[in-house]
Amino acid sequence: MVNTKVNLCGIELDNPVIPASGTFGFGYEFAELYDINCLGTFSFKGTTKDPRFGNPTPRIAECERGMINAVGLQNPGVEKVISEELPKLAKCFSKPVMANVSGFSLEEYAYTCEKIDKQEQVGWLEVNISCPNVHGGGMSFGTSPEAAAEVTKAVKAVTTKPVIIKLSPNVTDIVSIAKACEEAGADGISLINTLLGMRIDLKTGKPVIANKMGGFSGAAIKPVGIRMVYQVSSAVKIPVVGMGGVSTAEDVIEYIMAGATAVEVGAANLVNPYVCKEIIEKLPAVMEKYGINNLNDIKGCAHNG
Amino acid sequence: MNRGIYEILSNKPLTKDIYEMKLEGDTSHITAPGQFINIQLDGFYLRRPISICDYDDKTITIIYKVVGQGTEAMAKLAAGGKLDILCGLGNGFDVLKSGKKAVLIGGGVGVPPMYNLCKKLLAQGKEVAVILGFNTKDEIFYEKEFEALGAKVYVSTVDGSYGTKGFVTDVLKDLEYDYFYTCGPMPMFRAIEKIAETSGQYSFEERMGCGFGACMGCSCKTKYGYKRICRDGPVLEREEIIW
Repeated sequence: MVNTKVNLCGIELDNPVIPASGTFGFGYEFAELYDINCLGTFSFKGTTKDPRFGNPTPRIAECERGMINAVGLQNPGVEKVISEELPKLAKCFSKPVMANVSGFSLEEYAYTCEKIDKQEQVGWLEVNISCPNVHGGGMSFGTSPEAAAEVTKAVKAVTTKPVIIKLSPNVTDIVSIAKACEEAGADGISLINTLLGMRIDLKTGKPVIANKMGGFSGAAIKPVGIRMVYQVSSAVKIPVVGMGGVSTAEDVIEYIMAGATAVEVGAANLVNPYVCKEIIEKLPAVMEKYGINNLNDIKGCAHNG
Repeated sequence: MNRGIYEILSNKPLTKDIYEMKLEGDTSHITAPGQFINIQLDGFYLRRPISICDYDDKTITIIYKVVGQGTEAMAKLAAGGKLDILCGLGNGFDVLKSGKKAVLIGGGVGVPPMYNLCKKLLAQGKEVAVILGFNTKDEIFYEKEFEALGAKVYVSTVDGSYGTKGFVTDVLKDLEYDYFYTCGPMPMFRAIEKIAETSGQYSFEERMGCGFGACMGCSCKTKYGYKRICRDGPVLEREEIIW
C-alpha cells in the first residue's frame, strides 16, 4: 500500500489534492456529485470583508488548453460566509477547510482574516495577494516584496491558524516575494494564481471579456506553475502548495517532485466536476507505476543533482 | 446533474446554419423543459452549453446554431460517435405557473427549448400559442413540429418573406394570453418586456465557465440578489429581472 498522506503546516491531509479557490464554490455544488470528504481539503471561494458582485459579464473566455476568467471576487462577504456558507458546508464536509481571503487594504485583510480564523471548520487561511492594491499607490500587494510582507504581518498579527500566502505569477522575481512572506511570518506559500491574459473576438475586434483582461488558467499554464514552485521551494523552508494546470494524478506527482507539499486543482474542476475524485482514486496506481511508496520521499526530488 | 457518455443518433442541418442532433443516454436527471446540457468536444477546453429541445426516457434532441469553432466542430460529428456530456443543468421553465392560455415566444436559436415546454403545457390541458421569430424565410425551422403537437403557431419574419412581417411582438400585441414563456436574443426580450401584459419567464444566455454553478462566470443581478445564469437560471421570472 502506498502512502498518499502529506502534512500541510501541521495538519495531516489524507492526500495532497485540494480544489483551488474560485473553482469549487463553498463545496456543496460538488457534494451533490460525490462525497467531498475524499479530498485532502479544499480552498473555498475568495472571501472579502464586504459582499461583491464582481465584474460585468462576459467574464469567461476560452483558450487553447485553458480559459480566462475575470469574475472579480464575487462573494457574499465574510459575515454571510460565516453565518450561511460555513454551516451549509459543515453538513457535507467534516475535514478542516482552507479559507481563501482577499482584500483591498491591509485593514480589510486583517478584518476578514481575524473573523475567519475564529471559525472552527477552518484549518488554514490562504491569503490571496494578487488583487489590485488600492492601498499602496496602484501596485498589487502580490507584486512587491514589501507589500507582500506587510499583508503577511497584518494577517499574522490577528490570526492563530496557519497562514498560506497565495502569490501571483505576474511578477519579475517570484523568489524575492516568497522570501519576503516567509520572513514576515507566513506559514506557507501557494502558487501560482492565474496569469494575466486576454482574448479578442475577431468578429467584433473587441476583447471577449468585459473587463478586457483576465486570469489565464488551465492545462496550458502547468509548465509555468512547475517552474515557479521549483524556484520558490528551493528558496524558502515553509511548505509550498503548487498549482497551475493540474488535471491528472501525474500532474500532482510532477508538482510534488518540483517541491510542492500539496497541490491545488483549479480550472479542471470546471471542465470535469469529478476530476478531483478521479485524481485521488488514480493517485495510488500512478505512484506505484513510478515506484513511489510515500509522497514525502519524492518532494522536491527535481532539485537533487 | 449527471455526467455520461452519450451516443449520437443523428446530426443534420435544419437550415443553412441550424443543426438538430439526437443523442442517446441517461435522461433521468432532466427535471424541466428549458434545462441544458454541457458538451465536451475534442480539442476544446470548455464545454458547450446547449439547450434541450426535447427528451424522453432515453433520448435527447438539441438544436444548435453554428456560430464559432466549437459549433463548427459539432456540425461535423457523425451518427455513432460518442460525447461526454453533463446533463440536466440549470433551472428550467416552471410549467405550473402558467395560466390556461400560455404564449411561447422563441426567437431564432431561442426556439428549441420552447418545444418540450409546449409538449408539457399541452399535456396539462393548457391552450398554447407559439410565436416563432426569424429574420427571413430560409431560417425557419420547427414550424410544422410545433403544429403537430397541437399548438397554434404564428411565425414572424423581419423581412416579411413568411408569416407576419416584423418581430414576434407584432404578433404578440394582438394575442390573448395569461402567461408567457420566452427564449431568444436580448433585443427581443426588451421588446417583449415593453408590451407583455402578464407574468412570464425569460430564458437567458450567457458565456459560461462550468455550467453548474461553481465558477461564477455567468452571474447577473436580480431584484432578489445575485444569480448564476447556469444554475439559478437560465430561466428567470419576469418579476425578478433587472433590465
